[in-house]
Amino acid sequence: MTNLPRRILVAIKRVVDYNVRIRVKPDGSGVMLDGVKLSINPFDQIAIEEALRIKERGRADEVVIATIAPADAQATLRNALAMGAQRALHVVTDGAHLEPLGVARVLLKLVEKEQPFLVILGKQAIDDDNNQTGQMLAALWDRPQATFASKIELTDTVARVTREVDAGLETLEVDLPAVVSTDLRLNEPRFVKLPEIMKAKTKPLETIALGSLGVPPDARVKVSKTEPPAARQRGIMVKDTAALFAELQKRGLV
Amino acid sequence: MSQVLVVAEHAGGKLNASTAKTVKAASSLAGADIVVAVFTTGGSPVAAQAAQLAGVTRVLEVTHASNDHQLAATLAPQVAEVGKPFTHLFAPSTTFGKDLMPRVAALLDAPQISDVMSIESETRFKRPIYAGNAITTVEVAGGTKIVATIRTASFEAAAGGGNAKVESVASSATLPSHSRFVSLAAASADRPDLQSASKVISGGRALASADAFKLIYGLADKLGAAVGASRAAVDAGYAPNDMQVGQTGKIIAPELYIAIGISGAIQHLTGIKDARTIVAINKDSEAPIFEVADIGLVGDLFTIVPELEKLIDASKQ
Repeated sequence: MTNLPRRILVAIKRVVDYNVRIRVKPDGSGVMLDGVKLSINPFDQIAIEEALRIKERGRADEVVIATIAPADAQATLRNALAMGAQRALHVVTDGAHLEPLGVARVLLKLVEKEQPFLVILGKQAIDDDNNQTGQMLAALWDRPQATFASKIELTDTVARVTREVDAGLETLEVDLPAVVSTDLRLNEPRFVKLPEIMKAKTKPLETIALGSLGVPPDARVKVSKTEPPAARQRGIMVKDTAALFAELQKRGLV
Repeated sequence: MSQVLVVAEHAGGKLNASTAKTVKAASSLAGADIVVAVFTTGGSPVAAQAAQLAGVTRVLEVTHASNDHQLAATLAPQVAEVGKPFTHLFAPSTTFGKDLMPRVAALLDAPQISDVMSIESETRFKRPIYAGNAITTVEVAGGTKIVATIRTASFEAAAGGGNAKVESVASSATLPSHSRFVSLAAASADRPDLQSASKVISGGRALASADAFKLIYGLADKLGAAVGASRAAVDAGYAPNDMQVGQTGKIIAPELYIAIGISGAIQHLTGIKDARTIVAINKDSEAPIFEVADIGLVGDLFTIVPELEKLIDASKQ
């Protein structure tokens, strides 16, 4: 990797803010998105923070943010720049829908253009919960992946990544360049300060038409219905510990 | 007819319980031919364990020297190689399957459907979005090769007693050397695993200290239960990260879930809504956890938990 630019590419997605309570449309055609607050996917925010910390440790010279979204997502990119990234790439979709494999193909085009030594992105977006894009990018790029990262240590040639897996904490060593996806506990993203927001307005933001990248449309999985989850019924209240224990015994649970 | 390849998850010579659930999910495709692929270095007892799962027609043991650690980078080319003739490639939606299958899907140019909770037909599936706050039905055109991860909380384990044929092949896939296993720091081994335990006791912010959290461990040990924690308790430092239950932690479906001093934030409830019986102990009678609890008790946990322990001890004598 020694001849690669010391550049980190961070891919982000604009999603419904995690504090918004999701409501399903009564006709089953989707969830209500009109007027809801949109934010950077929280796992992607962690990805931006980690890239900035790597740069602040002197292991990178530049953090570039990329998103694939409609034209009005520019404000989201400006927020990412306000966190401290140097510039942004906006692949404008204009209504085209991309599935994760299509997103990964577009990101590969950006990777070929930017030649980063590291790509960091959230392990999943909190809207579709697919958890696919990073792994797919790594496969198409034919490079290593380290998913669900809770710690990243870098040398000039390798990344040592601790991963949150079901069995505990797994540590991998991967050659650079590589793709890392973030888990919740990798870091706590910084708050953006007002002067940074002002500064972000003049940072370079390049728009790229999706159609100019030559990635074929990818719409093989169709959503035919969206419904609310089955609700749990409220159960019984017991008056004291003895009544609780008796109820558990009655149900064969203790 | 569907040809389903189930990628087995295993470690330490033992088939992971999630594999039996994935086989069960595959068997909801009528008349499916279900083949379990086990990736090993050879001579592993895991293939024989997979052969006993009801509904499995054949076990394919794929051997390669690099399979001592099940890394996505080296497994994916092998799965893609043996997966070519199959219509459906399934793995459990554990961190193993989530890591591996998108890499396989990209190599095969197949769409992936994540966290399948119901298989309606060969081409139609249900899956959760927005952390389970909405359920979508997704469809692909007939003849589309599908890669999917199976949400294990939605399926029971396939029964044992099967006797499928085991076939062993050496992998001829070209594997990369760019990814290397370093270490695994296992979560505590003296209690049941949180993800698969039949009973789970979780503590919340109301415990108010790491020291008081020992109360939860004590009760869990008396019941043979795994221990979980709410995100608030983890963030406050009362319990380690890997114990977090909820949308951003572990999503579990035990027979019995006891939430102690947990208010029941949406993100926590998302992680437990498939539990068979939910018990809530909280001093706030208005806590949202009572909306979903099968049995609720309003009161001070520092009184109730020791009382409960005494009753359990008495019942054992």
